[in-house]
Amino acid sequence: MAHEHTHDHTHDHAHEHGLDPDLPLLTTTVEKLVNWARKSAIWPAQFGLACCAIEMMAMAASRYDIARFGAEVFRGSPRQSDLMIVAGRLSRKMAPAMRRVYDQMPEPKWVISMGACASVGGVFDNYAIVQGVDQVVPVDVYVPGCPPRPESLIYGIVQLQQKIARSRI
Amino acid sequence: MAEMRTETMTVNMGPQHPSTHGVLRLILELDGETIKSARPTIGYLHTGIEKTAEQKKWQQVIPLVERMDYLGAQSNSLAYVLSVEKLLGLEMPERVQDIRVLLAELQRLASHLVWLGTHAMEIGAVSMLFYALRERELLMNINELVAGFRFFPSYFRVGGLRDDLPRGFHEAVTAFLDRFPAKLDEYEGLLTKNDMFRRRTEGVGVITQEDAFAWGLVGPVSRAAGSDYDVRKYFPYLTYANYDFEVSTAKEGDVFARYRTRIREMRESWKICSQAITRISPTGAWACDDTRVVPPPKDKVYTEMEALIQHFLIYSQGFTVPAGESYVPIEGPRGEHGVYIVSDGTNRPWRVKMRPPSFMAIQALPKIIEGGMIADVIAVIGSTDVVMGDCDR
Repeated sequence: MAHEHTHDHTHDHAHEHGLDPDLPLLTTTVEKLVNWARKSAIWPAQFGLACCAIEMMAMAASRYDIARFGAEVFRGSPRQSDLMIVAGRLSRKMAPAMRRVYDQMPEPKWVISMGACASVGGVFDNYAIVQGVDQVVPVDVYVPGCPPRPESLIYGIVQLQQKIARSRI
Repeated sequence: MAEMRTETMTVNMGPQHPSTHGVLRLILELDGETIKSARPTIGYLHTGIEKTAEQKKWQQVIPLVERMDYLGAQSNSLAYVLSVEKLLGLEMPERVQDIRVLLAELQRLASHLVWLGTHAMEIGAVSMLFYALRERELLMNINELVAGFRFFPSYFRVGGLRDDLPRGFHEAVTAFLDRFPAKLDEYEGLLTKNDMFRRRTEGVGVITQEDAFAWGLVGPVSRAAGSDYDVRKYFPYLTYANYDFEVSTAKEGDVFARYRTRIREMRESWKICSQAITRISPTGAWACDDTRVVPPPKDKVYTEMEALIQHFLIYSQGFTVPAGESYVPIEGPRGEHGVYIVSDGTNRPWRVKMRPPSFMAIQALPKIIEGGMIADVIAVIGSTDVVMGDCDR
């Protein structure tokens, strides 16, 4: 009974606004719709630096198939991407180039720091390596490992999707 | 008629480019689509591995050198381990040497599979990547079985191996070897007779054997130009002298010849692996019996005082290596990979210096691509199979 009542109410509501009662409707907020679209089609930039880039490739390839999570469209140009996976150690010489690639990406954009080197410098606590890419760009998700397994990176991307779903536009 | 004024254009390629195998930067001077000059700029992945190695104990350097040429991780550690063992004067049991041969060849296959996938993808055969990485995953499984780590097993240690082979190792390797030749035929079916692939690669990026040697390109690149130099044949290390295999060569010296050389090299590696797996017994000696380097077995550590002290010494201060220097070259996936070490008699290396094949390949890049077309640069870089981690260290 309760169900029928709700049903009738919706119909009345639709009539009030001059809508066809048989038209299938889905009510949501603009924010939820936009976030849903953004999180379901993340386009990562092809930004491989070192060892982690090979595991990033493995994540995109046959066995792990990131296409299941809608993030398989790796773009050669930062202008077409909205996610930067910093895959590998960032040297001091490379840091300005990397910041430039980040600046070239259009808003909204996110960064995943993949691996120990990108996150904190890893085993290379020396003169050459930036001790964490968060000194250069803002990082959304840190993925631990040296290199992280493809599953770990997929988990990182899922975490990012949840973060996008919660965000305000 | 007024004379037309023309000028060359300078194009900066990299360090962020989807097809420069990481962070190689090339400054190209173009006349139309022809390359007038090319200047490689390296150092964007300089990690300071050689310097960091001087602060580590001898055994702790192994994970560092594995992260250098990250596609041929175990070739790096093999060269380093052999170099240290030469200074220590250690003799390995034959089983250990056979296991090292097997794992080094499996590593070569893994490296060549990534090369095949990315090289073909960059030329336009995108689906090749998915085929090649499919088989590579099986090799990653074997690494994981052996050491619990897909990518950098650190299984080769100074003084032998980290541990004995795990249960199921022979089955996993045999299953892979049974599967692999048919898959290799499948790759060849997709590329070798592919008209598009051949037109992109034949007659492109030619280098003669003399030039290849003059620029230090020893490895698949010079073998594709007619040389038969292979460290495994000329200066046999481990037990390679006991194995029946051929050095794969070609004459043309172009991109397609390098492709065929590496494909045939994978078939030869398969032959070596098949012989090795029959020689290796499932259990047996996995390290030498030198107590300076190899910790005693755990049951003795718990019951004997001397063994406990030895165990404590090795794990706290490490072992010392007699003063001196040694250089050991091995045939890595990219060519002659050598490690030169200097010891001052302490428990840490005084100097660790690599001879990286990728560095030589990059210094020869202008020689190969100058005068060619800009679209062929990608094909040439892919065919030299450079790894920037190997070049910059």
